[in-house]
Amino acid sequence: MEYVKAFLVGGVICAVVQVVMDNTKLMPGRIMVLLVVIGSILGALGIYQPFSDWAGAGATVPLLGFGNSLWKGVLKSMGEDGFLGIFKGGFTASAVGISGALIFGYLGSIIFKPKMKS
Amino acid sequence: MEVNKKAYEAYVKEVTPVNKKFPNIIRAFLVGGIICTIGQICTTLIMNQGAEKDTASAWTTLILIAASVILTGLNIYPKIAKFGGAGALVPITGFANSVVAPAVEFKAEGQIFGIGCKIFTIAGPVILYGILSSWVLGVIAYVLKAFGIV
Amino acid sequence: MQVGKASIKFEEPPVIESMASIVGKKEGQGPLGKLFDVVEQDDMFGADTWEQAESALQKQTADLAIEKGDVRKKDIRYLFAGDLLGQLIATSFGTVDLEIPLFGLFGACSTMGEALNLGAMTVAAGYADKVLAMASSHFATAEKQFRFPLGYGSQRPSSASWTVTGCGAVILTKNRKEGIAAITGITTGRMVDMGIRDSMNMGAAMAPAAFHTIQQNFDDFNVDENYYDKIITGDLGKVGRTILLDFMKNKGHDLETIHTDCGIEIFDPDSQDTHAGGSGCGCAASTLCSYILPKIKDGTWKRVLFVPTGALLSTVSFNEGETIPAIAHGVVIEHIGN
Repeated sequence: MEYVKAFLVGGVICAVVQVVMDNTKLMPGRIMVLLVVIGSILGALGIYQPFSDWAGAGATVPLLGFGNSLWKGVLKSMGEDGFLGIFKGGFTASAVGISGALIFGYLGSIIFKPKMKS
Repeated sequence: MEVNKKAYEAYVKEVTPVNKKFPNIIRAFLVGGIICTIGQICTTLIMNQGAEKDTASAWTTLILIAASVILTGLNIYPKIAKFGGAGALVPITGFANSVVAPAVEFKAEGQIFGIGCKIFTIAGPVILYGILSSWVLGVIAYVLKAFGIV
Repeated sequence: MQVGKASIKFEEPPVIESMASIVGKKEGQGPLGKLFDVVEQDDMFGADTWEQAESALQKQTADLAIEKGDVRKKDIRYLFAGDLLGQLIATSFGTVDLEIPLFGLFGACSTMGEALNLGAMTVAAGYADKVLAMASSHFATAEKQFRFPLGYGSQRPSSASWTVTGCGAVILTKNRKEGIAAITGITTGRMVDMGIRDSMNMGAAMAPAAFHTIQQNFDDFNVDENYYDKIITGDLGKVGRTILLDFMKNKGHDLETIHTDCGIEIFDPDSQDTHAGGSGCGCAASTLCSYILPKIKDGTWKRVLFVPTGALLSTVSFNEGETIPAIAHGVVIEHIGN
């Protein structure tokens, strides 16, 4: 059941974004930024976390989930460190994703060569 | 030229073919759904080993990123993205693709100005505005809390 | 002789003495595949970077044109050449070994038209007996500079074009009775900006420029479409062609049968997934030197108006929200002989 939910929710989010892309000509870079920002706003409004608990990877794998976890990080550190925590939480929460992408990305650049599109 | 720019814009819109919308949506749905399902499978398997949900999610993120980096290097991810559109862009794998692709491409321009700078070409804005927006929301929450509103 | 506002009619038309075209693998698989001199299977052209690859492509094409024409390098007085890259690095590095005085040109995808305009003027005016005109583009260098890294996954809209990996070169000569074809006139284009901002729809940005240059050519030479056997634009693609034909029809000119476009000819959109068609300096240049000139030489077409089109945007102007201004240069190429 959880796999079906992940498939359907993840699929629907991607399909909605596809509709937005085809109708607005927004470049992919902007779309990615928008998703993360919207994710953190939905998180702050208390909407994304319950949704995410229900949908599982269907909600955490899309970049909306990345935005939500940024917000969660800010909220958590704010509880621990007060105002300073607002500066701390985002990077703490996203550390695995960002470090993972940068480190694997770097290793990838060492291993792989540029290839032509066909 | 007699045609004014506004009229020309409208005319161009009329003669430019639009992407086949419906198949695009279905493909985005399928590819996005499959990637998320793979994510769910990872999370469930890791949780079955006794890990907490957040820990399992973090491992899932790492696995998906690594997979995306390898598929990009092998020139497979661009093909998935060409087929799946938003289905390949929206998941965390799309973010990883946007990190590794410029790193590979600009390797020729050196470690610092090539890989070092260009690795952030597409991912940089995502990180900046993600951090900034969550910070702004944090400040708002902090202020609201201070005034006892929430 | 100056005619009209923007044209020249040559009393002693410069003759195209030699031509060469080299393209990449994908272009070799296209409808014109068999017509190119060389189809290089290695996208890197034996080099280490994409930029070096494009330079190697230029060098090989220039060498081939010189070899085919059986001319000596030192007899070529000037080189008119360009590419799409910032500061023309493909041309700069690609032409070092030629040791020919160089005019580096940037006209985006219209560069071959600009090179032929200036080359023909120089030869006709007597300032050179032989010049070489050349333009190149490479899919990977263009993609990297103007769009995304190649490994980045994205979808192209159906109005987008595919940058041709290819190079075309011709040698123009003074005082010759025979050769491949003669350049009897030119119409130099001016900037035309119709306010298009969509970089994935270059055809729409360039079609008004092509229209303007063709109309100017008709006015200056006091002719109409019946004067030509073919009017061939550079890389308008399908969307651009539709717009051009519409504009011309409004002026009472029916170009339906005599117009074609290098970008449309060079790829098969159904099997090659190239969407609106080919683009890049190399598109018009390589199509000219493989498909158009041979047809003029054998008399299939007696007189052709060749109009390479260019969209003159940069990543800076695009990011600053500017429109995409365009230019198109006309070259009248005629069959030699009876």
